Amino acid sequence: MTPAYTADEMMTVAAARQLHNGTVCFVGIGLPSTAANLARATGAPDVVLIYESGTLGAKPDRLPLSIGDGILAETADAVVSVPEVFNYWLQPGRIDVGFLSAAQIDRYANINTTVIGADYRHPKVRLPGAGGAPEIAASCREVVVVLRQTPRTFVARVDFITSVGFGQGPGDRRRLGLSGSGPRVVITDFGILTPDPETCELTLVSVHNGSTAEDARAASGWRLAVSPELATTAPPTEEELSVLRRLEATKGA
Amino acid sequence: MAEIVSLSDGIAAVVHDGDTLVMEGFTHLIPFAAGHEIIRQGRRDLTLVRMTPDLIYDQLIGMGCATKLIFSWGGNPGVGSLHRFRDAVENSWPLPLDLEEHSHAGMANRYLAGASGLPFAVLRGYVGTDLPAQTDTIRPITCPFTGEVLTAVPALSPDVTIIHAQRADRRGNVQMWGILGVQKEAVLAAKRSLITVEEIVDSLDPKPQEVVLPSFATTYVAVAPGGAHPSYAQGYSLRDNAFYTEWDAISKERETFLRWMDENVIRWAPAA
Repeated sequence: MTPAYTADEMMTVAAARQLHNGTVCFVGIGLPSTAANLARATGAPDVVLIYESGTLGAKPDRLPLSIGDGILAETADAVVSVPEVFNYWLQPGRIDVGFLSAAQIDRYANINTTVIGADYRHPKVRLPGAGGAPEIAASCREVVVVLRQTPRTFVARVDFITSVGFGQGPGDRRRLGLSGSGPRVVITDFGILTPDPETCELTLVSVHNGSTAEDARAASGWRLAVSPELATTAPPTEEELSVLRRLEATKGA
Repeated sequence: MAEIVSLSDGIAAVVHDGDTLVMEGFTHLIPFAAGHEIIRQGRRDLTLVRMTPDLIYDQLIGMGCATKLIFSWGGNPGVGSLHRFRDAVENSWPLPLDLEEHSHAGMANRYLAGASGLPFAVLRGYVGTDLPAQTDTIRPITCPFTGEVLTAVPALSPDVTIIHAQRADRRGNVQMWGILGVQKEAVLAAKRSLITVEEIVDSLDPKPQEVVLPSFATTYVAVAPGGAHPSYAQGYSLRDNAFYTEWDAISKERETFLRWMDENVIRWAPAA
């Protein structure tokens, strides 16, 4: 008997399953950090977590409240400066997976965390900005993105390219000289999307239990491509759920 | 050699109207007490620089101290938006805020160049993003050896950098540890510096992975116990997470923000 769970929990569990033992992962705070720590506490105890605050191999037993949380420094294999984490560790391609979230993502998996609205100088909404994401998206061997899917977050074209997915389509990453292969998978509260190998367009390949391809399309700002071999995501196991809930309960504790 | 001064004397000596001011801290060791003293001293027309502007920059911006922000990520870490920053950008309140926006890698390298006495830094960055079209301090550069096109960003050489550290000795040598972000580079890049510390001790005992800023490399040191509150000061205090959450409501409306600042910053005088 599968226990009851929320769409957010399914999303985090599905994202955590993307990380494996030995994977070196550059982790963004928020949804990626929750999923990465769930992975480390369940299927991938030897995943290596790197936070942009300079903590290499952090092993927090609770969710860090921020990128500067002392638990990251206390449990890390090494604590280095911010210039070092970007120049020595990220830039030369030592990181397997960049684990990011986004305010907007488009059909070619470009990410916006800068502004909502067409005019940068007079935005409708001013978002926090780039942080480490542009270079994480450029230089990690591959990228995993986790975000909630709505017509406002899934748009045909992002208002601002903060971090490059596949640019305007096939061949753009190579043309731009980006060393990593770009987004491998996007996990949402509706399902799992991967870029089409020919067109680079995000394609729904799995829906979470309780959602349909039509639900995912209704939550997208373009006509979402759906794989003919659409799968159903395995629901969270009891272990995944209980560990996730234990981690979530540590927030602010 | 660094001179040991009071917080208010130190701020008065290093921060002037129109300065380019850095107050670094990568969500750890954020110099809140120093920021509050700048607000009390009524500084204006500052160009604020920081990788991760958070609550103290929200306060400086909302109090009208700044006209420009050079940054790479502006948010309430782990909570959400900076409402005073957004109000300045979206509605020009209380003043228009000019933005010079970078990525973390770009900002880190700009400090590195400043600390190294170089005019610019080179990195693989920004390519394919919309940032270079908005920020004229991001330019392509061709490697003279390989012909590869890379990205150049100019050095940051601020008038003044202020950071918070754990401790100093009586000669003004500063010791800090834990997550240190870009603080050392930011101090070495600046013309003047002020380091606030939790305490001054007779002699510094070594700590794992510590950084020591020698007294000859800084300008002033001031004691400010709890000066990083509500952020962390590893070995001294934890993050006051409730305050970060409360700040969302305090800062959302202009009136509640101004009242809070008046009650908690303006009408509060530091011990001499």
